[in-house]
Amino acid sequence: MNLHEYQGKALFAEYNLPVSKGKIIYSADEVTDACNEIGGTSWVVKAQVHAGGRGKSGGVQLINTPEDGIKFAEKWLGNNLVTYQTDAKGQPVNSILIEECTNISQELYLSAVIDRDSQKIVFIGSSEGGVNIEDVAKNMPEKIIYQGVVYGDKSLPDSALNIAKVLKLNDIQTNQFISMIDNLLRLFVEKDLSLLEINPLVITDSGDLLCLDAKVNIDSNALFRHPELLEMYDETQEDPQEAEAAKNDLSYVSLDGNIGCMVNGAGLAMGTMDTIKFYGGNPANFLDVGGTATQERVAKAFKIILEDPDVKVVLVNIFGGIVRCDLIAKGIIAAIKEVEVKIPVVVRLEGNSADKGSKILSKADIKIDSINDLADAAKKAVELAK
Amino acid sequence: MSILVNKDTRLIVQGFTGSQGTLHSEQSIEYGTNIVGGVTPGKGGMEHLGKPVFNSMDEAVEELDPNASIIFVPAKFCKESIIESAQAGIKLIVCITEGIPTLDMLEVKKRIDDLGVRLIGPNCPGVITPGEAKLGIMPGNIHKPGSIGIISRSGTLTYEAVKQTTDLGFGQSSCVGIGGDPIPGSSFIDMLKLFEDDDQTEAIVLVGEIGGNAEEAAAEYIKNNVTKPVISYIAGQTAPAGKRMGHAGAIIAGGKGTAKDKIEKLKECGVHIADNLVSIGSKVAEVLQR
Repeated sequence: MNLHEYQGKALFAEYNLPVSKGKIIYSADEVTDACNEIGGTSWVVKAQVHAGGRGKSGGVQLINTPEDGIKFAEKWLGNNLVTYQTDAKGQPVNSILIEECTNISQELYLSAVIDRDSQKIVFIGSSEGGVNIEDVAKNMPEKIIYQGVVYGDKSLPDSALNIAKVLKLNDIQTNQFISMIDNLLRLFVEKDLSLLEINPLVITDSGDLLCLDAKVNIDSNALFRHPELLEMYDETQEDPQEAEAAKNDLSYVSLDGNIGCMVNGAGLAMGTMDTIKFYGGNPANFLDVGGTATQERVAKAFKIILEDPDVKVVLVNIFGGIVRCDLIAKGIIAAIKEVEVKIPVVVRLEGNSADKGSKILSKADIKIDSINDLADAAKKAVELAK
Repeated sequence: MSILVNKDTRLIVQGFTGSQGTLHSEQSIEYGTNIVGGVTPGKGGMEHLGKPVFNSMDEAVEELDPNASIIFVPAKFCKESIIESAQAGIKLIVCITEGIPTLDMLEVKKRIDDLGVRLIGPNCPGVITPGEAKLGIMPGNIHKPGSIGIISRSGTLTYEAVKQTTDLGFGQSSCVGIGGDPIPGSSFIDMLKLFEDDDQTEAIVLVGEIGGNAEEAAAEYIKNNVTKPVISYIAGQTAPAGKRMGHAGAIIAGGKGTAKDKIEKLKECGVHIADNLVSIGSKVAEVLQR
């Protein structure tokens, strides 16, 4: 689950990390009060969306009067911001973070992830901040450090020192940085983060470290122990079909093609998409209906797939494991009737009682193409989608 | 021979009396697996599916001398269950549960490595040695004793590979689902080692998917250490970047972890690629020239 910058910064503040003084607003009416409360003569206004690249797309602006802030709020609130990280529609802006203006003398980069290879939390630091870190990794790999750390380990200050050297910090900043790493790691572990990125981490003109941005991603599997974080979930930033699927415990990802896919198991769902592509078609989605493809779940899945107007045919691919295919077949027929599916449906059943399942499908009083061989089923779906 | 499990496996089921534990234990017993008992805290002393139930792994180990455990408890309790089993002296633990927090797994992995315990999963279908023992949720009837070792990150994809190798008459020595999580208990490499040393295994099928670089690491290992033919299929060739494809570990991040990169690396290291899900079996036949 992603957090907005302002939510991430609230967490940062809770963990004694240096962030700018700021205020979140939801309407243009609140701008003047917010500016006055923060104080100073210039401010930064930042559209809050779950995507990077906001600055280059006009979503971040320096303002010298509250009036300019009102203009910015009127322009963005209720509209979508398109960045290189969003799709063509962009992400809706429902709130704006107003912050005091910071005079920057240098931009650095700091992030933390769970590294699969070393099976550790790894901090990534670079003296090159404010730019795309993948580009730095490619073009100037010597300017990046990857430092594995262990929570609760006594060597943490040494690890922080290693990073500080690559960031070329002076003694005062290094001291600030050592406690920063300690606090960030505590935040990472206590709040079950899967990603934490500060780009840029800046050195201000007074020589202090400051977290100018905050990208925080929380491990969705751990939300059961963080009700306070679950409250920060912003459904408006998710694809509506994907959000609806998630609510029903289905995993769905929308794609550009026209062949809807309903499959049990994530791996097989990907394999089915690939098979469609292999035979010249284009999948409209990834959808894992789960191990127990009951009528209720299948009906829900059909509804979600059919929300996509491009879908011309649905390919259902179920490998019956413990659940018998004859029961699944009955569920599919009932679901097609319940949802009133009007486009062709190709069903491939394999595994437990597949023959019985196919018989039930072919005897149904609605038209279903029941094909047991996956290659043939995929070919049929591709043909029907043309 | 086979790997990990066989007819001498004495299995304890953790989360025995729950709905999942009950359903899959019934199927496993029917398949011939020697389930010696189960653990459900608070239900010690009762009998379930004709087997004794204990409150803790320590008690179960003391009474029944098991050599493996399988876990069906909810994700939020899995960390404790895995560590409990490992500390009770079990050396092979299979965890089926999906959705364990990644930081829990980091801790678990360190603890089990220190104790020298082999963990399969989590978020996996389990392990089966056809005709001998089934520790997992896979449909037993598609398997057949034979010569192909199968390793996979996905459940239903494993079943496809199994079905195809059964239909062509090869059968399987053992099949292991290592699971779709970012921090799995065992890696492809751990399983490749076991299959390489197993006399019954003639060829190995490795079913991978997008995300991480477990397949690339496996490819490098195969090049230097595996003499048996390896056939691989990688799922997710059409997956978009940055989106999690169901499995927590299946995500293309920062341009890394694509199917294309994995396939290229595997090919480079001498692995035979099945370019389509439906041709895993026929690729095995082609490689073994049968």
